[in-house]
Amino acid sequence: MIFPILSLIMLAPVIGAVIILFIPKDRNDAIKTVAAASAMVSMLLSLLVVFAYNRAQGGFQFAEKASWIPSLGVSYYVAVDGFSAPLLLLNGIVLFCAVLVTWNLTDRAREFFAFLLMLAAGVFGAFMSLDLFLFLIFYELVLFPVYVLVAGWGSGPREYAAMKLTIYLFLGSLASILGLLVIYYASGRSFSFDDMQRGVAALKDTVALQRTWFLPVFIGFGVLASIWPLHNWSPDGYASAPTAVSMLHGGVLKATGAYAALRFGVQIMPEGAKYWLPVVAFLCLANVIYAGSVAFRQKDLKYIIGFASVAHLGLVLLGICALNVYGLNGAGIELFAGGVMTGLMFSLVGIIYERSHERDFSKLNGLVKVMPLAAVGFVIGSLTAMGMPGFSGFPAEMQIFMGLWSASQTNSLMFAGQLNWWLAVIAIAGVLTILITATWTLRIGRQMFFTDATTPDWQQLPPLTGIEKVAIILPCIVCIGVGILPNSVMNIIEIGVQAMVKSIGG
Amino acid sequence: MIPNILSILTFLPLIGMVLVLLTPERSKNTIRWGSVLFSLLPLALSIIAWASYDMKQSGFQFVEKAVWFPQINSVYQVGVDGISLPLVVLTCFLTPLAMLMSFTVDKSVRAFFALFFLLETATLGVFVSLDLIVFFMFYELSLVPMYFLISVWGGANRKYASFKFMLYTIAASLGMLLAIQVLGLASKSFDLTYLLSTAGRPFTGNNQVNILFADPSVWKGIAFWTFTLAFALKVPVWPLHTWLPDAHTEAPTGGSMMLAGILLKLGGYGFLRLVIPLFPETAGQYAPILAILAMLSIVLGAFAAWGQNDFKKLVAYSSVNHMGWVALGIAVTASAFATAVDPHATSKLHDIAVFAGADPHAVKDTLTPVLGASGAMFQMITHGLSSAAMFAMVGIVYERAHTRDLTKLGGLWNIMPRYGAVLIFCAMGSLGLPGLAGFASEFLLIRSGWAAFTGLTALSLIGLLVTGIYILKALQKVLHGPLGHEWAHHPLSDMNWTEVIAVAPLMLAMLVLGIAPALVMNLINLGVSKLFG
Repeated sequence: MIFPILSLIMLAPVIGAVIILFIPKDRNDAIKTVAAASAMVSMLLSLLVVFAYNRAQGGFQFAEKASWIPSLGVSYYVAVDGFSAPLLLLNGIVLFCAVLVTWNLTDRAREFFAFLLMLAAGVFGAFMSLDLFLFLIFYELVLFPVYVLVAGWGSGPREYAAMKLTIYLFLGSLASILGLLVIYYASGRSFSFDDMQRGVAALKDTVALQRTWFLPVFIGFGVLASIWPLHNWSPDGYASAPTAVSMLHGGVLKATGAYAALRFGVQIMPEGAKYWLPVVAFLCLANVIYAGSVAFRQKDLKYIIGFASVAHLGLVLLGICALNVYGLNGAGIELFAGGVMTGLMFSLVGIIYERSHERDFSKLNGLVKVMPLAAVGFVIGSLTAMGMPGFSGFPAEMQIFMGLWSASQTNSLMFAGQLNWWLAVIAIAGVLTILITATWTLRIGRQMFFTDATTPDWQQLPPLTGIEKVAIILPCIVCIGVGILPNSVMNIIEIGVQAMVKSIGG
Repeated sequence: MIPNILSILTFLPLIGMVLVLLTPERSKNTIRWGSVLFSLLPLALSIIAWASYDMKQSGFQFVEKAVWFPQINSVYQVGVDGISLPLVVLTCFLTPLAMLMSFTVDKSVRAFFALFFLLETATLGVFVSLDLIVFFMFYELSLVPMYFLISVWGGANRKYASFKFMLYTIAASLGMLLAIQVLGLASKSFDLTYLLSTAGRPFTGNNQVNILFADPSVWKGIAFWTFTLAFALKVPVWPLHTWLPDAHTEAPTGGSMMLAGILLKLGGYGFLRLVIPLFPETAGQYAPILAILAMLSIVLGAFAAWGQNDFKKLVAYSSVNHMGWVALGIAVTASAFATAVDPHATSKLHDIAVFAGADPHAVKDTLTPVLGASGAMFQMITHGLSSAAMFAMVGIVYERAHTRDLTKLGGLWNIMPRYGAVLIFCAMGSLGLPGLAGFASEFLLIRSGWAAFTGLTALSLIGLLVTGIYILKALQKVLHGPLGHEWAHHPLSDMNWTEVIAVAPLMLAMLVLGIAPALVMNLINLGVSKLFG
C-alpha cells in the first residue's frame, strides 16, 4: 500500500485540531470551517475505503505496518476488514453531522472543536488498529476529550455525569486490559492481532485459559457498549453532554466498545466466547427490554434517546452472542445503521433543546409547523429504531434474530448435553420489544411535532438553518438507503463476518 | 409490452411523491390536480398489464427477479397472477378517486398527497411481491402513510384512533415476523415461487427445523396461527375488528376510501396468497374456527351497523359485515382445499366441523375451493368499489352538514336530489342488489359456503338480512322524512362536479361488473384454479 489512506483518515481530524488551535479565538467561522473540512476529508476518504475495498480478495486491506517498540512486540499496525471499514464511514458521517449541528456554538469554540476532533481521531484509530497496544492507546485517548467536553460544555449536573462516565469506562477498560495482558504473556508477547490470535490457539491449555479470561475482556469492553447492568453511565452522560458529544459517543464510541469486544474478545478467545456468550445474551436482552421500558416511561428527551442508544447496543451485542454469520452480519449493520440513527436522534433533540430550552417532551407541541424537516427526520429515526421494514433497522434486526434462532440449535458448552435453546426464547422476547420501541417513539414524535400548537412560544422558535438541514438529511438518506438496499452495506460487512466466523470455527 | 412493467408501476407513485414535495405549498390546486393526473399513469400501466396478461397460461407473469438481500436469501422478485392483478388494478383505480375526494383538505396539502402516493406504492408492492421479505416490507410500510393520514388530517379523536390502528397492526404482525424468521432458516429461501411449490412447502420435508420443539411440525402450527392472526386482524375478522370503526371514523374521507377499499384487502390477499397455499393441511384443520368467526363477523357486524347513529360508523361496521363474507370464502377454500389435496384428511376439530355442516367423509371436491376463493376475491373487488363509494358519500354529506348524526340528518333528497340518487345507487351496490357487482360475489360465497359449512352459511344469511335493514336505515335517515329544521335555514349544496367525477367511475364499475362479472371473474378464476383447483 503506497498511499497511507487509513493513517490519513485518522490524522485529518488531528491536523484539523492543530490548525484550529492556531486560529485566533474570535474567528468562529474559520474554526468551524476547518473542523467541517477535516471531518469531511475523513468522511470522504472512509467512503473511498468502503468503495475501494476489494471484495473478491477479502481479509485485511489497506494495511500499514511499522515496527514501533520491538522489545515489547508493539508495532504501528492499521488495516481494515469488511467489518471495520463501514465503521470508519459511520464515524466520518456522524462526526461531520456533529460539527454541522454545533455550528452555532460560540462558547470557547476553538477548544471545543479541537477536543471534538481529537475524540473522533481516537475513534478512527481504534477502528483501524490491529495492534492491541495501539488500540488501547486510542481507546484510552478517547476518554480524556470526552471528560473535558462533558464537564466543560455540558448542561445540568455535568461534572457528576462526566466523572461517572469516565470512572465507569476506565474501570471497564482496566478489566479488559488485565485479561488481555494475561493473554499477551501467555501467547508469545506480541501485541499484533494476528499473532495473538494464532498464539492463543496454539497453547496447550488454551480452552481453560480462554474460558477464564474471556469474560473480563468482553464485559470490560461491554461497559463502553453499555451492557446491562453496567449501562448506568450512559443516560446520565448523554443527558449532560453537549449535542455533538452525545452524537459521537452514542453513535460511534459505543460501537467501539462492541467492536473491541468482538475483535479482541471473541476473535482472540473463541472458545471462551462459545462458552460464555449464550448466557451473556441474557444481559443483552435485558439491555433491550430494560432500556426500552425506561425510554417508555421517561419524559426527558435526552434521557430517552440515551436509553434508546442503550437498547440499540443491546441488539448489537445480541447479534454478537449468536456467534454465527447471521448474527454477526446483523451486528455489523446495526452498528453502522443504528449508529447513524442514534446520531440523527441526538442531533434532533439537541436542535430542539437548543432553541426551546425544554427537555420535557410533554411540554413541547406543534413543532412540525416551525421545523418540518426535523419532524420528518424524527419520523425516519423512529421508524429505523423500531425496525420498520424499508428502513435500516429492519435488515439488522432480521439478521440478528435469525442468528439467534439459528444459534439456538447449537450445543451448549456450559450445560453439557443441552442445546442453547433459550436463545430462541431471547429472539422471541427481542422481537416483542419492537412494540415497546414503537410505542414510545410514536408517542413522543406525535406529542412534539403533530399536536396542536398550544404553546405560542414554540411557534416563535427560529426555523432550521441550511447547515442543520444538511446534518439531518445526510443520516436520513443513510437510514432509508440501507433499508431499501441492504446489500449496499451488507456486501462488505458479510466478507468480514465470514472470515471471522471461519476463524472462530463457528 | 413494457419491460419491467410491474416495478415501474409499483415505484411510479414515488416519483409522483417527489414531484408533489417539490411543488410549493401555496399552489394548492396545482398539487391537487397534478396528483390526480399523475396517478392516472399507474392506472394506465395497470390496465396495460391487465390487457397484456396472457389468459392462456395461468401462473405468475411479468416476473422480474434481482439480487436484493442475499445474506438472508431474500430476492427482489415481483410478478402477478389472477389473484393479485385484479387487486393491483383496483388499487390504481381507487387512488385517483380517493385523491379527488380529498380536494377539500386544506392543511399541508403537499404532505397529504405525498403520503397518498407512498400508500399507493406500499399497497401495490404487497400485491406484486413474490418474496416473503419484500412482501412483509411493503405490508408493514403501508401502515406508515395511513397512520399519518389519520393522525394529522383525521377527526377529533384522531390521536387515539391512529395510535390504536398502528399498534394493533404492528403487534399482530410481530408474530408473523417471528414465524417468517424461522421459516427462512428452515427453507433457506424466501422466494414465494419456491415456497409455493411442493418441494418448498414450509416446515415439510427438507424444510423442517427443530428449534425449541422436538417435533418440527409444531412450527407449522405456529406459523399458521401467527400468519392468520396478522391477516385476520387486517381483514378484520371478529373479534379483532375493534381498531376498524375508530380508524375509519377518524380518517379523512380519502383515507377511509383507501383503508376500506385497499388496506383491508391486504388481509384477504394474505390468506389466499400465503396462509392456505403455504400451510394447506393446517389451514384445513382449523378452517371451522375461521368459519365460525367469519359467521360472527357477518352477523354481529351487520347488527352493529344497524345500531349506529353515526353515518360513518355505520359504513365502517358494514365493512366488518362484508369482509366477513370474504373470511367465510377463505375458510371454505381452506377446508375444501385440504380435503381436495387429501380426501382422507379429517378436521382436527371434528365436532365443530360437523356442527358447522361439513361432511367429514366428503368425496374429493375440487369445485368448492375454487368457488370459495373466487367468491372471496370477487367480494374483495366489489367491496373495494362499494365501500369506497359509500365512504365518499358520507364524506360529501359531512362536508356540508358538519355532522354525521343520522338523527339530525333527514329529508336531504329534497335539497340534494343528485346526492340522493347517487347514494341510493351506491347503497344498493353495497347491499348486493342483483345487477350490481355485490350480488355476484355473495352468490358465489353462499353457493360454496353451503357445500362446505351448511349450518354456518345458513346462520350467516341472518347477516345478509340485516345488511338490507341497515342500508335501508341509512337511506331513510339521510334522505327521507321531513327535512331537518337546521337544514331549512342553511341549505346544503348538492354534489359538485369534482365529487360526481370521483364517484361516477365507482358506480359505473359496480354496474358493469354486476352485469358482466366475467370481465374480472375470468382472470380471478385463472389464478384461483391454478392455486386451489
